[in-house]
Amino acid sequence: MADVAIPRAKPQMSEASAWTQLKHNRNWLGFWFMVPAMAFLIFFLAYPLGLGIWLSFTDTRIGRVGHFVATENYEWLWDDSIFWLSVFNTLLYTFVASAFKFAIGLYLALLLNEHMPFKAMLRAMVLIPFIVPTVLSALAFWWIFDSQFSIISWSLKHLGLISQNINFLGDTTWARICVIFANVWRGVPFVAITLLAGLQTVSPSLYEAATLDGATRWQNFRYITYPLLTPIIAVVMTFSVLFTFTDFQLIWAMTRGGPVNATHLMATLSYQRAIIAGQLGEGAAISSAMIPFLLAAIMVSWFGLQRRKWQQGESND
Amino acid sequence: MTDLPTRSIDLKNVLSASAPTADHSEGMSYLQSVPRRLVTLYLPLTIIVVVLLFPFYWMALTSVKPDEQLLDLDKYNPFWTWNPTFKHFHKLLFESYYPHWLWNTMYVAICATVLSIVASVFAAYAIVRLRYKGANLVGGLIFLAYLVPPSILFIPLATVVYQYGLFDSPLALILTYPTILIPFSTWLLMGYFKTIPFELEECALIDGASRWQILVKIVVPLAIPGLISAFIFCFTLCWNEFIYALTFLQSTSNKTVPVAIVNEFVDGDIYRWGSLMAGALAGSLPLVILYAFFVEHYVSAMTGAVKE
Repeated sequence: MADVAIPRAKPQMSEASAWTQLKHNRNWLGFWFMVPAMAFLIFFLAYPLGLGIWLSFTDTRIGRVGHFVATENYEWLWDDSIFWLSVFNTLLYTFVASAFKFAIGLYLALLLNEHMPFKAMLRAMVLIPFIVPTVLSALAFWWIFDSQFSIISWSLKHLGLISQNINFLGDTTWARICVIFANVWRGVPFVAITLLAGLQTVSPSLYEAATLDGATRWQNFRYITYPLLTPIIAVVMTFSVLFTFTDFQLIWAMTRGGPVNATHLMATLSYQRAIIAGQLGEGAAISSAMIPFLLAAIMVSWFGLQRRKWQQGESND
Repeated sequence: MTDLPTRSIDLKNVLSASAPTADHSEGMSYLQSVPRRLVTLYLPLTIIVVVLLFPFYWMALTSVKPDEQLLDLDKYNPFWTWNPTFKHFHKLLFESYYPHWLWNTMYVAICATVLSIVASVFAAYAIVRLRYKGANLVGGLIFLAYLVPPSILFIPLATVVYQYGLFDSPLALILTYPTILIPFSTWLLMGYFKTIPFELEECALIDGASRWQILVKIVVPLAIPGLISAFIFCFTLCWNEFIYALTFLQSTSNKTVPVAIVNEFVDGDIYRWGSLMAGALAGSLPLVILYAFFVEHYVSAMTGAVKE
């Protein structure tokens, strides 16, 4: 009986599967679930990313279809001193700002991890610069760094430290210091709060044991806190470097690349060339030139993430 | 190395003072005397917090100062004002497009956020729970998409937006913002969905529920905290976004708050500092209020994105 029933059941199964496969097969189901997200990411992220690289090899302008010009844009940029100045500015801005963000952020995280009154409120307040839109706080800095009515110049003058107003955003060195300061100001809360979250995963019994063994506070930090925190530091700093490197809005609101291009970053320069001057091809070449740097940062993030898992005692699932 | 005692991140502890370890660290703090704590802890902390909050104080003060006090620093004490005025706010609300811009920003932010969250819920569920072929690869690609910055994409996107005839319309922003939001919120929600026990879904499957029913009736209700985190964080990102809004919008009445303030409020050499600061303050307030209500969710969104 049994060997008669089996061949009968089989055709029914395969007949049903044509439709049910679409409904129940997990690969097909997964596909349907992925459609909305993938549609956005393909049409508005992957496609433009490719298009941007293609545009950088053409002489497209606003309102005119471009022709393939091979590497002419890049050759042009190679001899362009303003482009190289913007590369230098971007690297300087990224390195200095990230270093300060890391140092101050880690220090602030360690301070906030201590016990004190109004702890919760303090932590909430620290994060406010990160919440407020960058452009709007950049405007506040613009006003604070005003050449005539700067509150900093006023205070320093009344303290007797300077006799003339400092031309904060008009002098090349000062302008760089100011934009870096504003960037650090905005980035510190993010670094501090994420590192604080990491700090709280470190068990206090480790410190107790180390202190009993005679470890100083510095040794506690160097041999317990720092090694346990490295994975999260790697990730946070990759994000920080990435977003500092591609920063646009802070510069645009405060200096627009001025004085004499001293604060032009690659992103602001590409906006100026592509949208304001209309040279889409050249602008695309500038922004494509950022990609190698970003890839380097992503590689760091990747290895940082991999290291994290075993350090936290998780299995590599 | 692997068996070092570690604890998982407890998000409430990041902000709340009553950490379960309170008694432990209290046990160590007697090692420090009060004067020492004053110098090593309270003094640097005060300096940092004052520097972090000063621009907001200055913003608020400038927005209520009368004009003559703004530009005359010698006759009046610049750090305080005894006769605040709401002239600048009045000008902002009744003599400019400001309410319009506020509405545009809100509209774009809410639409883009809702679209992204819906798409992310599906994607995250599929990656974590359906585990279709190549799910891990797709997860990795989405993480990579998170790392692609808008400053690289705005030029080609401008041509795409122009081709689709979306130039100068809020729809251009509603459709492009999800490229920033989806990778982030998918990644965040994946973390939340992983914490929901498999057994619940298995029970539902045995009871004959379809995947759709499982998602809507079991997974989504259990992941509400994660959804709130993703929602407010995406909303903040939208509100903050600048370069797309600057590139894709042209007419004054269509602009969003950040772009409009930078472009429309700066006229020539006579900076209207009072109304500029009033505009900046009014543009930040909605986010600060939202933040005040959902502090924990913000922190969980921030740390969640880094953690996973």
